[in-house]
Amino acid sequence: MTEVQQVNESADVIEEMDDGAEQYLTFVLGDEEYGVEILRVQEIKGWDKVTAIPNTPHYLCGVLNLRGTIVPVVNLRARFDMEEKEYTPTTVVIVLKVEGVTQRTVGIVVDGVSDAHNVSPEEIRPSPDFGTHVNTEYIRGLVPVDDKMMMILNVDRLLSVEAIG
Amino acid sequence: MAKILAVDDSASMRQMVAFTLKGAGHTVTDAADGKQALDIAKTQSFDLVLTDVNMPVMDGLTLTRELRALPAYRFTPILVLTTEAGTDKKQEGRAAGATGWLVKPFNPDQLLTTVRKVLG
Amino acid sequence: MSIDISQFHDVFFEESFEGLDAMESGLLNLDIGAADVEAINTIFRAAHSIKGGAGTFGFMAVSEFTHVMETLLDEMRNGERDVTPDLTNLLLEAVDVLREMLTAVQQKTETDDERIADVRQKLESMLDAGSESVAGGDASVADVTTNKTEEKEATPKGWKIDFRPHQHLLQTGNDPVRMFRELESLGELSTTVDESKLPPFSDLEPEDSYLTWQLIIKGDIPKDDVVEIFEWVDDDCDLVIEPLMEAAEEEIVADQAQPEPVVEVPSEPVKEQTSSDSAAKPAAAAPAAASIRVGTDKVDSLINLVGELVITQSMLSQIGDNFTEEMLPQLIDGLAQLERNTREMQEGIMRIRMLPISFAFNRFPRLVHDMSDKMGKKVNLKLSGEQTELDKTVMEKIGDPLVHLVRNSLDHGLEMPDVRAAAGKNETGTIHLNAYHQGGNIVIEIKDDGAGLNEDKIYKKAVERGLINGSEILSPEKIHELIFLPGFSTADVVSDISGRGVGMDVVRKNINSLGGSVEVASKQGEGSSFIIRLPLTLAIMDGQTIRVADENYIVPLISIIESLEVKASDIKQVSGRGELYPLRDEYVPIIRLYDVFGVEPDTTDVEEGLLVVVEGEGQKIGLFVDDLLGQQQVVIKSLETNYRKVLGISGATILGDGTVALILDVPGLMTLYRDPSAAIPPQINDERAA
Repeated sequence: MTEVQQVNESADVIEEMDDGAEQYLTFVLGDEEYGVEILRVQEIKGWDKVTAIPNTPHYLCGVLNLRGTIVPVVNLRARFDMEEKEYTPTTVVIVLKVEGVTQRTVGIVVDGVSDAHNVSPEEIRPSPDFGTHVNTEYIRGLVPVDDKMMMILNVDRLLSVEAIG
Repeated sequence: MAKILAVDDSASMRQMVAFTLKGAGHTVTDAADGKQALDIAKTQSFDLVLTDVNMPVMDGLTLTRELRALPAYRFTPILVLTTEAGTDKKQEGRAAGATGWLVKPFNPDQLLTTVRKVLG
Repeated sequence: MSIDISQFHDVFFEESFEGLDAMESGLLNLDIGAADVEAINTIFRAAHSIKGGAGTFGFMAVSEFTHVMETLLDEMRNGERDVTPDLTNLLLEAVDVLREMLTAVQQKTETDDERIADVRQKLESMLDAGSESVAGGDASVADVTTNKTEEKEATPKGWKIDFRPHQHLLQTGNDPVRMFRELESLGELSTTVDESKLPPFSDLEPEDSYLTWQLIIKGDIPKDDVVEIFEWVDDDCDLVIEPLMEAAEEEIVADQAQPEPVVEVPSEPVKEQTSSDSAAKPAAAAPAAASIRVGTDKVDSLINLVGELVITQSMLSQIGDNFTEEMLPQLIDGLAQLERNTREMQEGIMRIRMLPISFAFNRFPRLVHDMSDKMGKKVNLKLSGEQTELDKTVMEKIGDPLVHLVRNSLDHGLEMPDVRAAAGKNETGTIHLNAYHQGGNIVIEIKDDGAGLNEDKIYKKAVERGLINGSEILSPEKIHELIFLPGFSTADVVSDISGRGVGMDVVRKNINSLGGSVEVASKQGEGSSFIIRLPLTLAIMDGQTIRVADENYIVPLISIIESLEVKASDIKQVSGRGELYPLRDEYVPIIRLYDVFGVEPDTTDVEEGLLVVVEGEGQKIGLFVDDLLGQQQVVIKSLETNYRKVLGISGATILGDGTVALILDVPGLMTLYRDPSAAIPPQINDERAA
């Protein structure tokens, strides 16, 4: 198995912030930047071969073994209909907790993890109407980070059983 | 605290008795019938034996008689847990060599009070 | 100190239900007129334990009801009451009522009070009508609330106690010093010891008591409290308890007249128990956590195994600390030992979940007894192999299919006594339930010596129902198989006994869903037998690894019939039905796994791959695969925990290298083969269309 970074240790820091700000993990897909709430992140692992499941959509790469449980993995590039890209050493799987009828664990494959940002609620702007690769249904909002816009993903919708079936 | 051997064929009673006594700081060993209890009693020593009367394999009165016949248990307090409130049953227990009795149903507090009575 | 005794309720219910089962089977086996005392004793003991436990845990209604049963049983075991069919039937009815009462208490539902009162009434009138000893029956339950009566009397300033132990008092485990200490806790105590009986030292027996005491205890102390301290020794000593001189004269008279209390359980704590019980209800109302009772021998053997594992581990870490190449053989030995320990651990842990099948068989004596009475049939039920163990989960799920099959044998298999006699058979039919282990499976047989399956009737019925077209010529075995088809057993006359709207197809489906199989063998006029094969556990199975392209899949070994190389010329193309392979006397459809799974295979040439013939739901198919790899035990993991059910896949497992392999589901593959569009679940189909 490949190296595993534990990110939730930094989650303690969040509790101390007083302005209601939340911490987001940002990652890149091509030249776009995305964010997920860091409390949703269970772990980040390097890309490793997964086992394909027959008769499932092309963006479901397969399942992997996460300490004895079987976790489905979604290729986010493929999910957003972006151009396919070879896996590189920076390609990672972000393992997320997804709330639905039950709590599930789902992995997403992204080009690379970039940073963690504190975002206070008033910084978040509504989803744009203009075209991105992503259906706005899956975007919770936009946040300007440096000179770019970070798209905050709605993890529960994006990775619901129906959406990744 | 004391080392106690608790004998009852009913698992729920055994657990209740053991839990209560452990909660009071005692060490409890349990057995599901008289024969098991006797085998255990021969290899370890106890400060107190609590036994049900009606049990398969070997009943509590036989156990009491067998224990009293062992030199190590001549003076050990043996309490009989009985559902029979009648005097004749108690008489039987006493004749077998029991120290005293506790009538079922009893609650944890009553059990502790009775145990304190023999352990001092 | 207050202890929440509701935490023991689950165990109490569990053992009580077991006790009820024991009572039931004991009652069914009692020989009328000449009952074995030990057998009655066992039944008595079960009732006795339920009564005691119910009282302790505050279920007074249960305790009182059981008390009446216990009294009857007590008379039976003392030989004061004859064992008659009426009596055992009444007791069986009472067992049912008690089971309902306990279930109602456990699930916090309403009880059928009318029925309880009715059966209790019957028990009581049986008690009254029966023996002369009734009056002697104890009344411990009632006593609890009636003692502690005459407590109102004025208490004196203290008590004067004359305590003269008999010589053997110490040998009852009682100790005067302890009693004095207890007295001290009641009030101010002064003692005077009389040593006059003490023999010269040379004659002194250290185990005897020679001393007598005069004790004065001062304070506002109820006499009961003092009496209670001496309660256990009042036969082993001479005891006089008198009020201190200052007390009024008539008190003395009253005290001497007053009988000693025999029961020391005051009524308040009982009330307390009931209220603490109701307070605890919300917590206990949650579905009872599944628990398992494990024999201590199994736990002990696990502890031993852990011990060995610790030894192996320390050996290995020693080798690791200063490893040199010469130590390689030691390392290899150590790893081999680790492997053995791990395997034994695994087996040991699986054994914890294993219960003897008698848990499932136990209900049948009663079922057969009641049903055969109702139907006017004579049946001898034989049970064997009851100690054969299987997984608790499998046991829970096999109960209903077994009941169905036994009902079926009774209803359709066994003939009425006159029919049997006319056919030259014994009037009493036999149903034999047998269980044994075979390989990694448990086999359960339900065998009867009844009429056997009527092949003509089955054939006609299958034609009527449109399951076959009537032109086929089928072997008897093929005809027997028809009863498992969906739609076959929608019986026109739904008999009260076996027809509950459930057919054999459901029985087979349930057994298949446990990874098992069911077959029937029958001979007209001689009887039929149903043979169920089940995996010992649902958590682990024996699997065959197969390869298609670079994917490995696991096929349950139990479903594999054979694997073979085939010639292209043997394969028949049938329009609308795909490819068929002739296997002995039947044609087996071929499923090309790469096709249904949409992967790129090494080869599409049937002569270069292998055909794995598997069976599911009574139908055989040939799976065309690239290669057969090894066989191994696999631990079954669910795909549904984090994903969803996938047609053709029953689950997944983790291989030795940490990667995931999917486990194939044979019936699912057949569905997929017949209808590839079934692969996408409906709600997801909607989503995609959206």
